[in-house]
Amino acid sequence: MAEQSKKIDKSTIIEKPIKEFQHPQESLLRKKAIPTIYCPGCGIGTTINAFLEAISKYCQIPHDQIFVVSGIGCTGRASGYVNLDGFHAIHGRAIPFASGVEIAKPPMKPVIISGDGDLFSIGLGHFAHAARRNIDMTVICVNNAIYGLTGGQDAPTTPVGAKSRTTPYGKISFPFNLSHIAIANGATFCARYTVYEYVQLSKAIARGMNHQGFSFIEVISNCHVHFGRRNNLGDAIAMRQMFKKARKRMNEKDIGLDIHKTDIIFEAGKGFTKIPTGIFLEERDEPEEFSERIIDAYEFIK
Amino acid sequence: MVVKRQPKVLTGTYFKNGNWAMVEGAIASGIAEFFAYPISPASEIVEYVSYRLPAVGGKAAFIVEDEIASINMCIGASWAGSKVLTATSGPGFSLKQEGLGLAYMTETPLVCLNVQRGGPSTGLPTFSAQGDYMQVQFGSHGDYPVIALTPWSVQECFVLTIEAFNISERLRTPVIILADGEVSRMMEQVTIPKEEEIEVINRKGPKQGIDKTKFKQFDASDQEDLVPPMAHFGEGYKIFGTGLTHTEDGIPKLDEDLHIELIDRIYKKVEINSHLYPEAHTYMVDDAEIVIISTGISARASLEAVLEAREEGIKVGLFRPITVWPFPRDEFEPLAKKADLIVVEMSMGQLIWPVERYARKECTLVKRIGGTPPDPKNILKAIKKLAKK
Repeated sequence: MAEQSKKIDKSTIIEKPIKEFQHPQESLLRKKAIPTIYCPGCGIGTTINAFLEAISKYCQIPHDQIFVVSGIGCTGRASGYVNLDGFHAIHGRAIPFASGVEIAKPPMKPVIISGDGDLFSIGLGHFAHAARRNIDMTVICVNNAIYGLTGGQDAPTTPVGAKSRTTPYGKISFPFNLSHIAIANGATFCARYTVYEYVQLSKAIARGMNHQGFSFIEVISNCHVHFGRRNNLGDAIAMRQMFKKARKRMNEKDIGLDIHKTDIIFEAGKGFTKIPTGIFLEERDEPEEFSERIIDAYEFIK
Repeated sequence: MVVKRQPKVLTGTYFKNGNWAMVEGAIASGIAEFFAYPISPASEIVEYVSYRLPAVGGKAAFIVEDEIASINMCIGASWAGSKVLTATSGPGFSLKQEGLGLAYMTETPLVCLNVQRGGPSTGLPTFSAQGDYMQVQFGSHGDYPVIALTPWSVQECFVLTIEAFNISERLRTPVIILADGEVSRMMEQVTIPKEEEIEVINRKGPKQGIDKTKFKQFDASDQEDLVPPMAHFGEGYKIFGTGLTHTEDGIPKLDEDLHIELIDRIYKKVEINSHLYPEAHTYMVDDAEIVIISTGISARASLEAVLEAREEGIKVGLFRPITVWPFPRDEFEPLAKKADLIVVEMSMGQLIWPVERYARKECTLVKRIGGTPPDPKNILKAIKKLAKK
């Protein structure tokens, strides 16, 4: 791994001049907010692009009905770069904000793009309750196993043994399996992909959005600047190569009742050695989505 | 679930408590959603809204997972175009502070009922206090102007809640009702007028027929009252809101001048529209040599003391700010010049800070903590002591 990081992969250099470069989803980007804050090679850009491709290519929801909410963090800025209705909530509170909108205006389709620290550390309580209520929203969690924006402190997703700024001798406590949390709390669609699997990710996001109910898509992303550097995993390309090797496609049948089969395995010095990916929970029709339930709940008599 | 439809405005005269009246005020204002977490002594509000709101066609009244979620859901629903209400008490109000900060920064209209109880911490859950006065203004970090109204009777609980919604909608800002446990649970007569007699104001939206792509959610440059028109999600304006310092279209930009301009405007907005806020209530102040300043239930005890002192020939008056934030300085300063001042409150001394600041002299403090309202006898004692001087 150490050797890889020293080599420069020439294929990644863009030879075309910037002027000619046009983003394939340009109409869906909020140009005033760009340039982004992201480091070159960051997986959040890939995720945003996958989301934009999902709404323009794979799902037919009118763009006026989609709105994007994010919390705080690197991924928290995602909502600002997308030219749709959006909101940048406070730390950990993207889900309650989106729930409020969804309850007030049921035709709206909330999409939450936020990080693992935001959704599962400070905002875990809200995530569990939104899943329990089965609110019609799509949660896209960019899991880079670290707090990126604040400079690389360990998150609840940082694997055992991994080094970070606050675990210089290696992480001691166990990480969360985010998909496990989602399924256990009642999500009705759950998928996980790495940023390497771009097309599958984009299609999964579209499936999640078409689904009526709480859908969760976990994106294993690379923070080569903080996580990769401290754990000797190389640059963005090297980390994605690692994802390519480590991914192991699984579906609902493979997992069965043992959800621990979806655990991510990390070995200190080697990096991620196993990342189960795929659709972990196919769309469930039951229970009915929350705002539908509210509308159906009361039968009025005069 | 079968629900019998109820009228939105329950016109008539009732013998009810403050919590009931605040809920009726909110429903008469046309709230569509209510999100809260149960907490004494505001639990009754939560219970009564859950009964009333579905029956008047409001979308939902929910007990959500925590206080933090409730304020954030309110902000979300408000951005989706609804009038929203939340209710809480001391500890819950502390938890809501970060969310309220977001609401001030993103100029989100909503109303928060804060029924004060004894503190700090869990304190005196079912008892009354007036210790959140400073928290309302300084609870969240940073600079933001607050509008807070304080009722002293059940009738005012009803009237001020409607006022609060009107101010909040007009100025695009959160408004806090600072009730105390005593006012919220005492029973007395309350009259609800006819629906057409109640003035309800809704927020202004973007002008009809404008180019949706050019609309700016935080642009108040052509508004006399400095309140930007508010578009909502799903209307095609592609609006964006953030708690970060933002430009007129809501794009985060960490810029010194921009921050000064933004915060300045938010302050000015509250300052130049002060004619919209309820005026202070004065009683027998024209010839008064001593003036008592008090709010809520303490003001009722003070009134009793004023009446008794007047019988004994002492010239005492009562000044009761209804809008406690911003402090009604213009009405207060002429009084402060000519009279000695006594502040009566159910805390170790919070209201006395702005009073002494604007009076520019030392005032007598009659404080009462422990959950029960101040005794008029103690106030009378303070009046007599001051009159002897």
